[in-house]
Amino acid sequence: LRAINVDLQTDAALQVDISDALSERDKVKFTVHTKSSLPNFKQNEFSVVRQHEEFIWLHDSFVENEDYAGYIIPPAPPRPDFDASREKLQKLGEGEGSMTKEEFTKMKQELEAEYLAIFKKTVAMHEVFLCRVAAHPILRKDLNFHVFLEYNQDLSVRGKNKKEKLEDFFKNMVKSADGVIVSGVKDVDDFFEHERTFLVEYHNRVKDASAKSDKMTRSHKNVADDYNRIGSSLYALGTQDSTDICKFFLKVSELFDKTRKIEARVSADEDLKLSDLLKYYLRESQAAKDLLYRRSRSLVDYENANKALDKARAKNKDVLQAETTQQICCQKFEKISESAKQELIDFKTRRVAAFRKNLVELAELELKHAKGNLQLLQSCLAVLNGDT
Amino acid sequence: MRQGKSRKDLRTAVEMVGTVGRACGRGFRRGCGCGRDLGRAMDVAGPVTGVSEGAVNEAEVCEGRRTKHGKSRRGFEKGCGCGRGCVRGFRRDCQRGRGLEELRMRHGKGGKRTLTRTPTPSLTPSLTPTRTRTPTPSLTRTLTPTLSLSLPLSLSLSPALPPPQPGPARPLRSRAGGAAGGHVSAGAGPEGKMAAEREPPPLGETRPADLEELEDGEDLFTSTVSTLESSPSSPEPASLPAEDLSTNSNGPKPAEIMLDGDREDLFAEATEEVSLDSPERDPILSPEPTPAVTPVTPTALIAPRMESKSVTAPVIFDRSREEIEEEANGDMFDIEINVSDPEKVGDGMNAYMAYRVTTKTSLSIFHKNEFSVKRRFSDFLGLHSKLATKYMHIGYIVPPAPEKSIVGMTKVKVGKEDSSSTEFVEKRRAALERYLQRTVKHPTLLQDPDLRQFLESSELPRAVNTQALSGAGILRMVNKAADAVNKMTIKMNESDAWFEEKQQQFENLDQQLRKLHSSVEALVCHRKELSANTAAFAKSAAMLGNSEDHTALSRALSQLAEVEEKIDQLHQEQAFADFYVFSELLGDYIRLIAAVKGVFDHRMKCWQKWQDAQVTLQKKREAEAKLQLANKPDKLQQAKDEIKEEIEEWETKVQQGEKDFEQISKTIRKEVGRFEKERVKDFKTVIIEYLESLVQTQQQLIKYWEAFLPEAKAIA
Repeated sequence: LRAINVDLQTDAALQVDISDALSERDKVKFTVHTKSSLPNFKQNEFSVVRQHEEFIWLHDSFVENEDYAGYIIPPAPPRPDFDASREKLQKLGEGEGSMTKEEFTKMKQELEAEYLAIFKKTVAMHEVFLCRVAAHPILRKDLNFHVFLEYNQDLSVRGKNKKEKLEDFFKNMVKSADGVIVSGVKDVDDFFEHERTFLVEYHNRVKDASAKSDKMTRSHKNVADDYNRIGSSLYALGTQDSTDICKFFLKVSELFDKTRKIEARVSADEDLKLSDLLKYYLRESQAAKDLLYRRSRSLVDYENANKALDKARAKNKDVLQAETTQQICCQKFEKISESAKQELIDFKTRRVAAFRKNLVELAELELKHAKGNLQLLQSCLAVLNGDT
Repeated sequence: MRQGKSRKDLRTAVEMVGTVGRACGRGFRRGCGCGRDLGRAMDVAGPVTGVSEGAVNEAEVCEGRRTKHGKSRRGFEKGCGCGRGCVRGFRRDCQRGRGLEELRMRHGKGGKRTLTRTPTPSLTPSLTPTRTRTPTPSLTRTLTPTLSLSLPLSLSLSPALPPPQPGPARPLRSRAGGAAGGHVSAGAGPEGKMAAEREPPPLGETRPADLEELEDGEDLFTSTVSTLESSPSSPEPASLPAEDLSTNSNGPKPAEIMLDGDREDLFAEATEEVSLDSPERDPILSPEPTPAVTPVTPTALIAPRMESKSVTAPVIFDRSREEIEEEANGDMFDIEINVSDPEKVGDGMNAYMAYRVTTKTSLSIFHKNEFSVKRRFSDFLGLHSKLATKYMHIGYIVPPAPEKSIVGMTKVKVGKEDSSSTEFVEKRRAALERYLQRTVKHPTLLQDPDLRQFLESSELPRAVNTQALSGAGILRMVNKAADAVNKMTIKMNESDAWFEEKQQQFENLDQQLRKLHSSVEALVCHRKELSANTAAFAKSAAMLGNSEDHTALSRALSQLAEVEEKIDQLHQEQAFADFYVFSELLGDYIRLIAAVKGVFDHRMKCWQKWQDAQVTLQKKREAEAKLQLANKPDKLQQAKDEIKEEIEEWETKVQQGEKDFEQISKTIRKEVGRFEKERVKDFKTVIIEYLESLVQTQQQLIKYWEAFLPEAKAIA
């Protein structure tokens, strides 16, 4: 299951993937496999074991690094969430007595498949993050990234403690409050002005769409589950009926079992091609928004520095210091603006390519499933009509 | 039988229990089964509680405990025990009731003679006055003594029973199921939830409906009951089968009285007794007409036709049944019925929906080839109750009419034109159509004058009052409950393997169908959800497309939105098919199977009657022997003569009982055969139709996505 949500140019110089993953009680261990010809690695090919927290640490280290203020930081992968699925499996075990053997095995298979799907998705998300970083011209050179890839022992990063979480919370509060102030500033550059309005709207819409798409795929899953239940009820009818209709029932039950699989696949594929795509761009557009915020912030800083310089010149006091501050701010702003422009253009290219790829694949899969379904139905109908 | 069943369930459950939830599963199973039993028990005990104070109290206690301990398993089981106790209590009562009945029957005998002699003094005060007031001429018709015990009993006390009483008792059934699920979910986790979903399938539908029906009936409960309360201790109210009540409450049917003559030969006993009463009946009835009762007017209209066509009277059926069936076997009748154009008549709470019933036929029994009439829902119910009264007890499977739903109807009545009420009306229209189609498929029912009248005559002579029907609904429930109790008390040693097997088969089929039905209903519900969610996503996708600044991508997203919108439509249509084609078929058959079971019950009653007659005959003979042994000829000559007379009487009764029983068994065999044939045919056609709807959906899906694919590829 390769990462499909972002368009990445394959670069032989540094290739990263997750070759294996192991789900333990409450954590998932990813085996990160790297192939590289870059000189700063000791070997050409190596693997390390990493956990979700270490991915987060890597992401945060990018965010906190001032040098990367001008780049869209690839969004961190979401926390692996197997709780719901695991809970379901556990509950199934408890309720084993109240259903027939077939029902139980069926349910079990279903839940296991669900678990596996979530697992695969989690791995894919983590892989996407690494691939994005590895493909990024600047971030791929980051030292922390290299350590992450190469250091073959536990990085002993810890999750944030309460204090840090509280700090983060306040930082976010300040940031969003600041964001409101900053967004009031009219941008000198039309490109960024446009990007900002676009991204704000886009982010909201994509958020909405991803939630709706999630709901849609989930209800599709429910329908598939109902097919399953209908299939087993029909099977029971078929085995018990005294009349010659029993064969009929068995045949239809078989059909429902098969179409159930297809419906479940439709749901899973919609989830993978549509919901995940939207979810990824929800996070990516947030990252792009963050970039714009950082730029606006530095613009405001720059303007404030200009004002301060004017004041200092008028008073003829601390002119030199004000000049240096102004120059630093100016440089920072220009640097951010320059890279941000390219980053946003890249973002769009990536987005269009990813949507194209996914939508084409979605349509193809839908077609494939619908055709398969149709064929099943028709052949079943042929048999049934032949019978009657 | 029930017990055995649940025990078997338990065994299989235990066998299936794996390592984890052994105790849990078992506990749950038990709780579950109990819930069902209890539900039944409450069903039984509930409405009938009026019979004995004790039973009422027990039911109340039971309910009290339930609410207190409802959550804990122990509480539940206790409650359950209570339920059983309740039944037991009731059963005791029942026996007492039987005693009473016997007394009464004996008195009935005496009563006959009272015209010349005085009745037993102890019984006179309570019985004589009521006897004279029996307002039910149709009593003559049915002769099942088992019934007689339950009905008059419950009726005699029903005024004491506060109207809402059946209310709390009845919903308990569903609550019991819920509680079973609920408490286990606390203890055992997911199972509870699943079970809760599975256990009470019709919960949503039935509970409010039942409640509503009751409420609706409340006002006339008093009125109907007041008429009927006069009948409690009539000598042989035997004949009031449940459904008959509607007719009863609607007053006497002169037409049937006219038929009495016809029947005399067969049902000599009964007619004799009733005809004794009949002169006194009329004058008493007329001065106190109940408000809910519509007076019978155009009797003249029915009577002649009944005579001329001479298929009507049950006696004649015995003869013509065979022929009719023979000609019916094999091919279908050429008759096609449509129910269409639902139309609201009137305003406010008095409004009702009228449907156009169109019949196309080449059968000669109809006057024209094509005709249509306007009928309202209660007319359909009236038709069903008439048919059921006439045919159920002699072993015919009468297709059940659609269920009454006050909630839905009230919505329509009050309603502005919203989608739920149009859906309701359409659902009902379709159900009525299927009901009529099923009814006319039956060779015997098709010959019935009431059915023809229903289909043909522009004015239905006896507009069946809805309210009266609801009152009858309560009585029906009371009767049903009594029947269930009867069923429990009758210990029939089944000698016929075929019947045993069939009964078991239908029991299984019923369960399986219920399960399947609930799955399909879940599917309908989820598909509707899917449709709504797809629509929501289509909107969001369109919005996203709007804000996307890449032109081709924006276009593709809008296209995607359009595709999703169409798919939403598709899901909606499919949900319709899920419901109207698949789910309704299952619902219909669940009710049809109830009718089949009802016929089996009637056979059991028949058997019981025969056995009772045999027992009584035995007693009489013993008494005769004793008399002979006593050897005091002069003193007891009179008594001897008397007893001889009685023995002869009972001998004929036994013979009659045996004949009846054989006849009903024979009819049922035939009917079940026919039913099974119909069922196979129905299921085949309907499921194929359903699969075809699925095929269409998939074909459309393919079309939509094929159109979308190039759009997606065009993103550059």
